[in-house]
Amino acid sequence: MLAATVRVTRDLDLAEDCVQDAYARALVNWPESGIPARPGAWLTTVARRRALEQQRRRATLARKLPLLITDDDPSLPELDDSSVGFPDDRLRLIFTCCHPALSSDAQLALTLRLVCGLTTVEVARAFLVKEATMQARITRAKRKIAEAGIPYRVPGPDELLERVGVVLDALHLLYSSGYTAVSGTQLIRSDLAARALDLATMVQALLPDIAEVKGLLALLLLTEARRPARVSADGELILMEDQDRSLWDHHAIQRGQELVREALTLPPRGRTGRYVLMASIAAVHSEAPAWEETDWRQLVGLYDLLLERWPTPVVALNRAVALAFVDGPAAALETLDHVAGDPALAAYPYAAATRADLLRRLGRTAEALDAYRAAQRLTNNVAEVDFLQRRIDALEASQSRSTSR
Amino acid sequence: MANYLVMIYNNEAAWADADPSVAAEVSQQHVAFAQKHGHALRGGARLGGSATATAIRHTGEGTTSLTDGTFAETKEVLAGYYVIEARDLDEALAIARDVPARFGGVEVRPIIPD
Repeated sequence: MLAATVRVTRDLDLAEDCVQDAYARALVNWPESGIPARPGAWLTTVARRRALEQQRRRATLARKLPLLITDDDPSLPELDDSSVGFPDDRLRLIFTCCHPALSSDAQLALTLRLVCGLTTVEVARAFLVKEATMQARITRAKRKIAEAGIPYRVPGPDELLERVGVVLDALHLLYSSGYTAVSGTQLIRSDLAARALDLATMVQALLPDIAEVKGLLALLLLTEARRPARVSADGELILMEDQDRSLWDHHAIQRGQELVREALTLPPRGRTGRYVLMASIAAVHSEAPAWEETDWRQLVGLYDLLLERWPTPVVALNRAVALAFVDGPAAALETLDHVAGDPALAAYPYAAATRADLLRRLGRTAEALDAYRAAQRLTNNVAEVDFLQRRIDALEASQSRSTSR
Repeated sequence: MANYLVMIYNNEAAWADADPSVAAEVSQQHVAFAQKHGHALRGGARLGGSATATAIRHTGEGTTSLTDGTFAETKEVLAGYYVIEARDLDEALAIARDVPARFGGVEVRPIIPD
């Protein structure tokens, strides 16, 4: 609704006001007149009409509004219901929010606030900053959009490839922050994950021939497919290794695998992008009927390619995990120790947990226990802390059995 | 349409050390830029070096103090500018990408109308 209204106002603040105004009118009108057949369309129409009134008033006052400019015909659009909420509007809004002239923090904050409809309080919480700080950040970004003339449109074909990357990153981050909530007692914020998946589906429908767009959607689908098996009935984290694969969403997996195959046929063929590679990795996992039957050699190869494109310590860490199944835990531990010094990994609980796991498999129990405890200290997610505690308990039990023998 | 100020920031030391042929080449690039984007150009100039700058600071109570030099001491200093007219920031950035700035880069700012 906001996107459809912005299309009229070219001004985010005004559009937000008009949408709120429409809700207020609904509260007054609906109890008397009854709820309309299409409440969403009703609200959008009212918001847009209100936006038009406001605009005419502002025009007569000749106030120089910083407007969001587009290449559209400036004549006022028709207020017919068929165009209400046309997905193109949301896509334009995403591209505006993710414009490279905005800081990356502001891009994501604006996307969460305006495209995903989170409140400022929720966005502030997601970024672990104070509400006032986030409010200021969002206001600054909106002012820049208006004053610098950041356009409200999908960029042309020559810029699209470069620009869509930021949008995909924002959606990926949105999904990830929903997949493992940064803190709190719930492992998954399924509402955030679902919004990211919706938007990725929409971007893919509107930009069907971009490999990375397909790659991101495939990655999200293949990850989401495992969700039913990822948390036990008691809310405990279950690693992929121990998941009941019959709980996986096989329809989503099939769609994800299809998208990966399609993406691999699109250019640039020689230089496969990050999301296509990550989706390929997820696809390899999804093809294995059991953890033991995973094609680890292929995974190591894919991680090698991903490391070239995206040399982060987290990718190196995942490569080490796969390598453990090809060349054994000793070799994996050696590569892990190579990257362990990276400060980005020092605070990353999965690094310590992976180390602990490799040490456990090598029978170095005391060191493994230390590493599990280190991992525990690094996470704020209760489900993850519990999971690590179960590993510690099991290891201590086996240790006392072997010493008592 | 809106006007944008494109500020050219260059590393003065690198510019001073460069071969004289480089200056001729950059000058040629500016001519080419002006030909390509003449329809959008509303003004522009090359500035004297930072050593020629004088800063006037307002100290409050209606007094000012003069100091030698630029406001911020950085390696890259404002070396010249263009004023361009563009439909929106994207168009302004597309033009600004073509502005020669061999020893640095450019900063683009909207000019706020009266």
